[in-house]
Amino acid sequence: MIVFEKPKALADVKLHYCPGCTHGIIHRLVAEAIDELGIEGRTIGVAPVGCSVFAYNYFNCDMVQAAHGRAPAVATGVKRADPNNIVFTYQGDGDLAAIGTAETVHSAARGENITVIFVNNAIYGMTGGQMAPTTLPGQVTQTSPYGRQVESVGYPVKVCELLSNVTGAAYLERVSVNDVKNVKNAARAIKKAFRYQLEGKGFSLIEVLSTCPTNWGLTPDKALKWLEENMMPYYPLGVYKDKYAEEAGK
Amino acid sequence: MADKVLMKGNEALAEAAIMAGCRHYFGYPITPQTEVAAYLAKRMPQIGGTFLQAESEVAAINMVIGVASAGKRVMTSSSSPGISLKSEGISYLAGCDLPALIVNVQRGGPGLGGIQPSQSDYFQATRGAGHGDFRMLVLAPASVQEMASLVFKGFDLADKYRMTTMILADGTMGQMMEPVSLDMGEVKAYEKPWAVTGTKGERTHNIVNSLSLLPEELEQWNIRRYEMYKQIEETEAMHEEFMTEDADIVVVAFGVAARVARNAIVAAREKGIKAGMIRPITLWPFPKKVLFEKAKTAKAFISVELNMGQMIEDVELSIRCSRPVYLCSRTGGMIPTPEQVLQSIEKAAKENGGDKE
Repeated sequence: MIVFEKPKALADVKLHYCPGCTHGIIHRLVAEAIDELGIEGRTIGVAPVGCSVFAYNYFNCDMVQAAHGRAPAVATGVKRADPNNIVFTYQGDGDLAAIGTAETVHSAARGENITVIFVNNAIYGMTGGQMAPTTLPGQVTQTSPYGRQVESVGYPVKVCELLSNVTGAAYLERVSVNDVKNVKNAARAIKKAFRYQLEGKGFSLIEVLSTCPTNWGLTPDKALKWLEENMMPYYPLGVYKDKYAEEAGK
Repeated sequence: MADKVLMKGNEALAEAAIMAGCRHYFGYPITPQTEVAAYLAKRMPQIGGTFLQAESEVAAINMVIGVASAGKRVMTSSSSPGISLKSEGISYLAGCDLPALIVNVQRGGPGLGGIQPSQSDYFQATRGAGHGDFRMLVLAPASVQEMASLVFKGFDLADKYRMTTMILADGTMGQMMEPVSLDMGEVKAYEKPWAVTGTKGERTHNIVNSLSLLPEELEQWNIRRYEMYKQIEETEAMHEEFMTEDADIVVVAFGVAARVARNAIVAAREKGIKAGMIRPITLWPFPKKVLFEKAKTAKAFISVELNMGQMIEDVELSIRCSRPVYLCSRTGGMIPTPEQVLQSIEKAAKENGGDKE
């Protein structure tokens, strides 16, 4: 008897991610949501530059690779070409909150009916561990070797908080994949974001706090602990906006 | 024969795009092409199409990538500084083998430059529209009629070769009004089995991608593309000739420069100088063969341009420097006068023995 299966939306291939990296978990959660909603045949994913650019090999739905930061614009085009299709982007922090800030904010402002999966691991992974817009104050990276000095480079960008002021955004939630409880909660949030798109409710973004053991210079278990002790206090989990829950509550 | 209507170049171009089946347009305001956006903002909702004013040129070109990936006809338009912003996306379009149509209604540069007509993006369009090894089809209209018909043709070529077509116009073509026939004929439909339309559970997934970390593979992708480019150079070059049959002095000019040159050629003929003109309609592929053949009988060439001399390099390459090539140009938004071109013709004739009957 089969008790545990790979989601159908996930390709049966070996992922290239480093040991202990939580991209694998997040990929699985996205694939589960696609399976459960039965939308694989009409889902199109957009994978921009970053560690997860190869996501186009890992999902069984149609995929588009995008330039750094441009996924929400590409997704806008894909969605406008056929609004019946379900379109998601899978973006890292450098991609979404630095080079692609304008695309992120404006796709939210337009209320673009897409789902954004935002993986925040506080560092640029693919290029080998440079300071990201979400790198914590004092955090050591290749380009902040003395720790992030807020006096000279400023403060991390809190994406959910920032977008919560954007009228067009429908649903914003920050989740984490550091333990089973939070993984289950992340699964619920991701599925809800896809469901909102199916229901035509507009722009959703799920920020997933994630680890990067390799570039953090930590073992996988210590990386999870670092996430709990450092990222979660700075980036509180929770729903930052749910336009429809707000309306229902009125 | 179809009725003609009086239209502005930018508007004729926009209407022709609709006739070519384009239902998605993404733009950003910039002079002197804003009429394209304004026209489509009105028209697209009437026909169930998408008009979207993007937050930037960068976003607009990436929205174009999205629609092109989904297999539908799509267009963006801009003017010189905006095209520079699009260059990242233009390179990705090439790397992903996506068909799209981009309009550049050029203005003077570099930098913010000015807003008057220019042809100073010739190099950018024909050589360096973005990073990497690739080519773009470049069409240069010289009338409002061609603003329309070349858009129609441009969409067809883009689909046929899975390439970007650029309409390289200038402020004059965009702003000018002329009678135009919008009888464009049939739209040829192309199968796009590579597009991301959703697998519908009926096929394995399609991936639109420009990334390969294997140099052997990336090299092969580029070689395959260049084999196709070679074929395009053989078959798709377009040009128009004017009084070239017996011409000693051959003017080469495109767009508004060709219209100015035409008057100068008529004036030169009246003075007994056998002048003529080759007007490239495709700037890439450049009508190399025609120029090469003409160099066997012509005595000299003159490149008339609205820049500091860019196309002149293609003229010299085409004729393999077998004849003198003169430059007659104005830049920064200035347009050469017929008198200036006539003087160039007279000079070239005098120095190359073309002034004697």
